[in-house]
Amino acid sequence: MTFRARHLLGIDHLAPAEITTVLDLADRYVDLNRRTVKSADVLAGMTQINMFFENSTRTQASFELAGKRLGADVMNMSVAQSSVKKGETLIDTALTLNAMRPDLLVVRHGSSGAVNLLASKVNCAVLNAGDGQHEHPTQALLDALTIRRAKGRLQRLTIAICGDIAHSRVARSNLILLGKMENRLRLIAPPTLMPPGVKDFGCELYDNMAEGLKGADVVMMLRLQKERMDGGFIPSEREYYHRFGLDAEKLSHAAPDAIVMHPGPMNRGVEIDGELADDINRSVIQEQVEMGVAVRMACMDLLARNLRAERGRAALGAMA
Amino acid sequence: MLHFTNALLIDPEGGEHLSSLTIQGDVITALGGDTPAGATVVDAGGHCLAPGIVDWGVKIGEPGERHRESFRSAGLAAAAGGVTTIIARPDTKPAIDTPETLEFVTRRAAESVVRIRHMAALTKHRDGQEMTEIGFLLDAGAVAFTDVYNVSTNTKALARAMTYARSLGALIVGHAQEPGLSAGAAATHGKFASLYGLPSVSPMAEKIGLDRDLGLVEMTGARYHVDQITVAASLPALERAKATLDVTAGVSIHHLTLNEYDVGDYRTFFKMTPPLRSEDDRLAMVQAVADGVIDVIASFHTPADEESKRLPFEEAASGAVGLQTLLPAALRLVHGGHLTLSQLFRALSFNPARRLGLPQGRMAVGAPADLVLFDPNAPFLLDRFKLESKSKNTPFDGTRMEGKVLATWVGGQKVYGS
Repeated sequence: MTFRARHLLGIDHLAPAEITTVLDLADRYVDLNRRTVKSADVLAGMTQINMFFENSTRTQASFELAGKRLGADVMNMSVAQSSVKKGETLIDTALTLNAMRPDLLVVRHGSSGAVNLLASKVNCAVLNAGDGQHEHPTQALLDALTIRRAKGRLQRLTIAICGDIAHSRVARSNLILLGKMENRLRLIAPPTLMPPGVKDFGCELYDNMAEGLKGADVVMMLRLQKERMDGGFIPSEREYYHRFGLDAEKLSHAAPDAIVMHPGPMNRGVEIDGELADDINRSVIQEQVEMGVAVRMACMDLLARNLRAERGRAALGAMA
Repeated sequence: MLHFTNALLIDPEGGEHLSSLTIQGDVITALGGDTPAGATVVDAGGHCLAPGIVDWGVKIGEPGERHRESFRSAGLAAAAGGVTTIIARPDTKPAIDTPETLEFVTRRAAESVVRIRHMAALTKHRDGQEMTEIGFLLDAGAVAFTDVYNVSTNTKALARAMTYARSLGALIVGHAQEPGLSAGAAATHGKFASLYGLPSVSPMAEKIGLDRDLGLVEMTGARYHVDQITVAASLPALERAKATLDVTAGVSIHHLTLNEYDVGDYRTFFKMTPPLRSEDDRLAMVQAVADGVIDVIASFHTPADEESKRLPFEEAASGAVGLQTLLPAALRLVHGGHLTLSQLFRALSFNPARRLGLPQGRMAVGAPADLVLFDPNAPFLLDRFKLESKSKNTPFDGTRMEGKVLATWVGGQKVYGS
C-alpha cells in the first residue's frame, strides 16, 4: 500500500500508485456503505472540521457523511456567516481553528491556492474540497472510481471532457488524474471556454461535439455556471445547448457502451438532456454521488493513518 | 580628495579597464594618473568601480504608507544596493499631482542618504481624465510625468496631456497595457496559469497598449518612455518606433531574471505588475537589452507589508522590493554571458540619467562623484530580514546570488561601506 501524502491538496501531488491505493480502499468502503449498519471506527476520537468558504450542499454533505461513518466527530463551519465577514484573514481563521486541535480539516475556498496557503499554517491534515479554479481532488478520485467500476479499468480509455473547461477545477483535477493513469483525453468546448495554454496540456482539442465524441468510452459533462452565460463567454443558453448540450444524437457518435458522467448539480436542458441524464443504461451520475462518499472515506482514512504515524514518530523522538 | 587605485573602472560609454580615479569635492576630476598630493588613497583591490545606479520607478511610501517604506529606509536600501539616485513614483496616497505635494516629498526626501528625484502624476488623482499642472510641476523639479500602473482609457484626455507636455519638453512615462484585457489578471496566459487556476492575461495586452501609446506619440510628438516592456510581441513595434520617434523603453529586473514558473506553489512574493512571463519572453527581453532596444533596467521597487502578501494569490498585493537586490540580480546577466559590465551599467546608470536629463551615470571627468564599488563575484545567500527596506517582500529570499556592494559614494560622500 502506497500513500505518503500528508494533505490532499490536489491530484498533482499524487503518484499513480497512491491514486490506486485510494481507489482500492474506496472499493471496500462502497461495500460497507451498502450494508445497513455502515459504521466503522477508524476515525474514532478524531475531529473533522468542514470549512466551506463557498456554499456547497452536495460536497459538504458527502464529506460530513464520510466522516460520521468512520466515527469522527464532525463539525460544519459555515464560514459565510462567521468572522470572515468581520475582516478576519484566512490565516487567522486557520490558526484559530488549528488551536482547537482538529485532526482533519476539509476546506473549500473561492481563490486558487487558498487551501495550499491554509495547509502551510496548520498541523492537521487538510483536504481540498475545491479551491477557485485550481483543483477538486476528491471529485477526480470519485470520477476515477466510477469509471474503473463501470469499465473494469482506468487505463487506455478515450475520455471526452465537455463544457466549461476554462473555469472548472473538476476538469483540472480530472485532466491530471486521467493523464497520470495513461488515458487518451479529449477536450470539447467553445474556444471561449477553453483555458489559455491548453494546447500544451497534451490533450486533443475539439470545438465540435460530433467529432470530439467519436468512439469515446467516457463522456464527462461539466456544469455551465450561470455567471458564464451572462459573462459573454457564449451567445446564449439555447445556442450552447444546440451545439454543446449532450443529447442522444450527439452521444450516438461515442462508443456504443460509452458512459455519461456529470459532477452535478446539473442544468438540465443546458449542458445535458434531462432524459439522457436519467437513463440508467448510460448515465452513471447517481453512482458518482455514491462513490463520492466512499472515496472521501478512503482519503480521510489514509490521511489519518499518516497523521497518527507522524505523531507517533514525533512522540518517540521526544522520548529519545 | 579621494584617489582610487587598482580599480576596474566601468565606463558605460566605453568598456572596462583597470585604472585609477580621482574625485575632488563632488565631482570626478581625473581618470588614470598618479596619486595627487594630499589625496586619501582607496585601494579598490581590483574590484569594480562604476557610476552609481539610477533606479527609475521606485515606490516610496511617503506620503501615506510610511510603514511600508520611508525616504530614510529607501535611502539606506539604495546605498546598500549601489543605487545613488532614486527616481520616485507618484503613486502615493495622495498622488504627487500638485506642486504642493511635490514640494512636500522633495523636503521629506532630504532624509535619504542617496539622491532622490521625483516623477509627478500626468493626470489629477492619476485617474486619466484631467492633466496636472505640468508647467508648475516641472518648475518644482519633476523629472517625468506618469500615472504609473493606471492606464487611461480616456484616449482623448491622454492625447491632450501629451500634446501639452510636448510644448514644455516634458517626458511622459507610460505603462503599456490594455486595461480591459488585463483586468483581474494575476498571471500570464499559458500552461502554468491554467493548471494553477489563476486568472491570466494574454501577452498581447501589452502590445495593444504599446501600439496605442506609440500612435499617440506619433500624433502629438511627445517625448515618451515606456516603463516596462516584458513580452517579445512588443519588440517589433518598439524597434520601429525608436527609429523615428522620441521613444525609449525600460524593463524590470524581475522580468529579466524570473519567469512564470517561479511562482510555484502560489508564492505571492513573485506576484508582479505585469505578471511574470514565459521563459521565451524572458530570454527575448535579455536579448533586447543587449541589443539596445530596451534602454533601461530598473527594480520597480514596490514595498508591501507581510499582511498584504499573506493572502490567496489573486488577492495578494503585487510587486517586490528591489533596491538592494537590483545589482546582484542584474549581475546574473553578466555571469550568464548575456551582457558585459559596461553594457549593464549603460542600462542601469547611463541611459536612465541621460533620458531624464541628469548629469549622473557617466564615468568621466566632470561627472558627479556618484560611485559604487563592488565585487561582482562575491557569493552570498540572501536573507530577506537583513534587507534595509522596511518591507521584506523580495522574490530572492534564500537565493544564492553573486555580487556584493562594498561601498557607495554620493557626491563624493561615502554613504555605505566600511
